[in-house]
Amino acid sequence: MTAEVGVRGRASRPLTSAAFALPFGVRAASLILLVILWEAAAWAMSSPSVAHLLESVGFDPRDQYALVRNRIYFPAPGLIWLWQAFIAWMGGTTVPPSSTVLEALWHAATTSSGLTKNQMSFLGYTFTTTDLWFNICQTLYRATIAFVIAMLVGSIVGIALGRMKALNRFFDGWVLLGLNMPALVVGILCYIWLGLNDLALIVAVVINKIPLVAITTREGAAAVQPDLLHVARAFRLSPLTTMRRVFLPQMYPYFMVAARNGIALIWKIVLVYELLGRSNGVGFMLANSFSELKVGQLLAYAIAFIGVVMLIEAFIVRPLERRATKWRM
Amino acid sequence: MADVAALSVDLRRKLFSSPNGGEFTAIAGLRFSVSRSQFVCIVGPSGSGKTTLMNIISGLDTTYDGEVRIAGHEPGTGPRLGYMFQSPRLMPWLTVKQNVELVATHRAISQGMPDRLLEAVGLGEFRDAYPNRLSGGMQRRVALARAFVNEPPLLLLDEPFISLDVPVANRLRDLLLAQWRERGATIVFVTHDLREALQLGDRVLFMSPSPGRVVLDIDVPLPRPRDQESEEMESFRHTLLREHPTILAGLEESNLQDERRLMPAAATA
Repeated sequence: MTAEVGVRGRASRPLTSAAFALPFGVRAASLILLVILWEAAAWAMSSPSVAHLLESVGFDPRDQYALVRNRIYFPAPGLIWLWQAFIAWMGGTTVPPSSTVLEALWHAATTSSGLTKNQMSFLGYTFTTTDLWFNICQTLYRATIAFVIAMLVGSIVGIALGRMKALNRFFDGWVLLGLNMPALVVGILCYIWLGLNDLALIVAVVINKIPLVAITTREGAAAVQPDLLHVARAFRLSPLTTMRRVFLPQMYPYFMVAARNGIALIWKIVLVYELLGRSNGVGFMLANSFSELKVGQLLAYAIAFIGVVMLIEAFIVRPLERRATKWRM
Repeated sequence: MADVAALSVDLRRKLFSSPNGGEFTAIAGLRFSVSRSQFVCIVGPSGSGKTTLMNIISGLDTTYDGEVRIAGHEPGTGPRLGYMFQSPRLMPWLTVKQNVELVATHRAISQGMPDRLLEAVGLGEFRDAYPNRLSGGMQRRVALARAFVNEPPLLLLDEPFISLDVPVANRLRDLLLAQWRERGATIVFVTHDLREALQLGDRVLFMSPSPGRVVLDIDVPLPRPRDQESEEMESFRHTLLREHPTILAGLEESNLQDERRLMPAAATA
């Protein structure tokens, strides 16, 4: 399968060699300039005056420009340049040129290789899709369920530990144990005990994640101001109102930190666990790329996956964060 | 007197355990009662247990030996009372109006009390602002509106105008008196400033250094509205200081220290 790299690589050779005929200083300077321009464009797009301008010609910056407004953008030009420089340095067949990666991406997004079933059911409908979307959806599905469970359980545990000193003393060692348990040990044991299925994967991810959520929310619960709780008690607020309007808002920053760290961790371990014991998902496709040395496919999945993660960050995580911290501005 | 009392307090003892295992008596033999719609000021030096007393009356602190009776309620349970703390203690994540509505009863909301009170304290146009956008004085006005929103029969104020500029504090005192006249609540107002107590109260109770108890109970016969700078106020205060030099000595001293600490620039001669 390594032949694909050589054949596809030829198309972009002339461009690459022309670019690298320039002296090193010029190349480095143009790279830096490109990155600065890209940054400046992102900054300009997020400035209020440009946002107004875009609005006046009919764009709603909240929708179309969420990526830019939220200061998230893919450092594409810089990465492509770095990549080409890397090819020139490494040479050989293990580093495909960017055109090969794009082609592999297109291939995965539009065809079914038969490696995975590519059948999904959602709300009773069953439909067939292509390799890339099927495997990304599988990974997202597992990550989402694991994330929600881990956040719920971890927050409850963390708040309980933060508010009750005796409980905290007793479970401190357990939390420490959970924090330092190698993710691979948990994953392998879950696969052995629960079988090679999604349940085992989700349980393993949740076990990895709960201690992290718990220590963050424990900090938050311990830092909650007694002053404001006294207000709630002096005015005889109900426990539910006290929880919703007085206690939990003080926890939001800690929830956000836990969620953010949680998302980053979960992406990583879900892929590892898929590689370890599942027959679909992005992790499985990466394993397949590894065993067949399809570097182009590997990078294609990596790019697509990073793209999806960035979309989630821009359209879900940051807007939520902004809403929760609106009062600080 | 006892049967019409809006509030009667009989605290035999309040202990705090100190971190090194010892015990500290904050209050011993503190006894007084307040009649309906009376404005009572409690004056005492720092550490005389004034805030402890307020926490006990409000039900925040339930570990004490004694009895607190609030008219129309079983001992030990409090009504929905109004409380204004030393700091505004607003929820920073709620707007001004949401802060007031948070503590308001359904009845108060259906009668439009939050808006009416915010208008009354001059914050009508700031109702949708977040507290950290407001000045210290404005935040206290929100806290004042919050304390009155349920038209509580009993209102507790624990040094609510501390560390404010003199004009701002004066304006807030006027607002407080106006609301008190309009709504007729019974008010217990803690301060360590004798001038403030004499300006506001129908009656002033003086507390001893710890363990706190009432050592002097006077009526203030001066006509309202009162001016802190007026001659009759000053002569009333001087007479008090002359007649009770031992009781008020420590108070005036700590008062001076506090004034130096809190507002070094203000001329409060």
